[in-house]
Amino acid sequence: MTTTESAPAAGTAAARAPRGRARGDVQGTRRLAALLLSPTLLVLALVIGYPVLAGFRESLYSRGEGLDADGFVVEGDRFVGLGNYTAIFQGDRADAFWNAFSNTTFFTLTTVVLETVIGVAMALIMQQAFRGRALVRASILVPWAIPTAISGLLWRWIFQADGAANAVLRQEILWTADGFPAKTAVVIAEVWKTSPFIGLLVLAGLQMIPRDVYEAARVDGAGPVQQFFRITLPLVKPALLVAVLFRMLDVLRMFDLPAVLIGVNQKSVETLTMIAWFEASNLRYGSAAAYATVLFLYIALIAYLFVKLLGADIIGEARQKNRRPRAVRTPRGGRRAAA
Amino acid sequence: MTGSPLKRTLSSLGFAAVAVYCLAPFYWMVVSAFRRPQDQFDNSPVPARWSSENFSAVFSGDNGFGRALLNSVVVAGTTTVLTLLIGTFTAYALARLDFRFKNAVLGLIVATTMFPGISQLVPLLKLFTEIKWINTYQAMVLPSLGFALPLSVWLLTAFFRQLPFELEQAAMVDGCTRGQAFRKIIVPLAAPGLFTTAILTFIAAWNEFLIALSMVNKKEMQTATVAISKFTGVSGFDQPFGTQMAAGAIVTVPLIAVVLVFQRRIVAGLTAGGVK
Repeated sequence: MTTTESAPAAGTAAARAPRGRARGDVQGTRRLAALLLSPTLLVLALVIGYPVLAGFRESLYSRGEGLDADGFVVEGDRFVGLGNYTAIFQGDRADAFWNAFSNTTFFTLTTVVLETVIGVAMALIMQQAFRGRALVRASILVPWAIPTAISGLLWRWIFQADGAANAVLRQEILWTADGFPAKTAVVIAEVWKTSPFIGLLVLAGLQMIPRDVYEAARVDGAGPVQQFFRITLPLVKPALLVAVLFRMLDVLRMFDLPAVLIGVNQKSVETLTMIAWFEASNLRYGSAAAYATVLFLYIALIAYLFVKLLGADIIGEARQKNRRPRAVRTPRGGRRAAA
Repeated sequence: MTGSPLKRTLSSLGFAAVAVYCLAPFYWMVVSAFRRPQDQFDNSPVPARWSSENFSAVFSGDNGFGRALLNSVVVAGTTTVLTLLIGTFTAYALARLDFRFKNAVLGLIVATTMFPGISQLVPLLKLFTEIKWINTYQAMVLPSLGFALPLSVWLLTAFFRQLPFELEQAAMVDGCTRGQAFRKIIVPLAAPGLFTTAILTFIAAWNEFLIALSMVNKKEMQTATVAISKFTGVSGFDQPFGTQMAAGAIVTVPLIAVVLVFQRRIVAGLTAGGVK
């Protein structure tokens, strides 16, 4: 079983040879693969590939009325070169961009740090094998399952001037008005929704650590804190890194939550996606596309740096993931069969 | 493993803390939905008088909530069916066939999940406006496919790889074609994986907001998440929170019921995919 399964992963000619008809079949296999892959690639080319290119082209144009050299009004798209981009970084719209940029970065940093800490703590709690574990595991899925827009409304309700948050804190904070409280409200709501998810992924990573590693550490005299930093954290790191990367990329494109919780075009919580969306909804496609392109590049840069610096290899992880479940699933399947 | 009584108490406390953290805001939504509109701003943990007025308000008047629910079902359902149909073939090829650039293709597909939705949306919004697709189901389903498909291909590839190769080969030795082996052997065996992928795709599509908000400006075509965020109060100024919480509960509670019933499957899917 091991040999046959590792064959496609290796993908070498030698590994292919043992299969009976494989040699004569190579052409057919390739054709079949192309046939099976093409629908997905076609859809992705249409709804992702085309927009990337069209969006970049769009960002070089400006729509609306202008005067041509002879003083006539010109309607429709005008080629403005990098005009939309320079307008983003300087001029009277620059403030709005830098504000959205710093909001996006602020939300990314704060929520990812908080939800990682809370998520890891949750995973450590859930790992304790006591009764009630099923209930906790079920409740952890609740924030994840609530649509983000609905959770935005829910938190808007909680953060009302005379709502539950102020009642509990015995404060009178205008959370959903502009300013720093609005930012805090967004961070709290986002962390609530997503840290259980990190907890879930880390828990899965924790369960793959063999127990005897801890026993050996205990015999050698390592305390709980040492065990956590020397064993748990390094071993859970691959799973955690991928979870953190995906969370980061997700916050960087955040829209639903601040839009519903605070509102669009609000300085305190406007993110890059929101500013691009606002431009597009006002039919300024050119500048909307420019904002979207800048965001795209920002996300790509962060992903690149993250993968380079911390070594979170998504594809490698994908490959690993495909190998890993096999080792893990077998005992779980056995348990299910036994139950 | 059972530990001392102290350790036991501590971990029960921890469990309780996690459960309260996750459930308290959701509880507040449900409780607020059941208050009478005049008690709306009452902050007692249990309503003084339970009422279903908010729930009847959701479906009455000009909210058009029934239609919005139907739209959500159509959009999320179509997205799920198309995603599974297309994704299964691709995942089969990626998991079972040998060809060059296989990891490159998988990498490319996974990379598209990181793509910011707004970059996709701006050009498509313009295109769909030009070909008069705004306010149609396809204008919501197609962009959603762009995000649902990569994730389910990744998940399904992981699931397909777990199936033993011998079964399929044995079927082919016995005279099945590749297609027959796939249909008669692989698909039934992969059914649990397909089902898990279907649930995850449906939940993601049901929760979608940005696409539905942008591609539709007619009330009759709004999906439930967008419709609820646009509910207006009687006066038009105050937020009708009671009604919104009731509508939120209507949209969320069935979802949570499904999540709880299929908890194991969903956790397996989430940890196999490693992404939301």
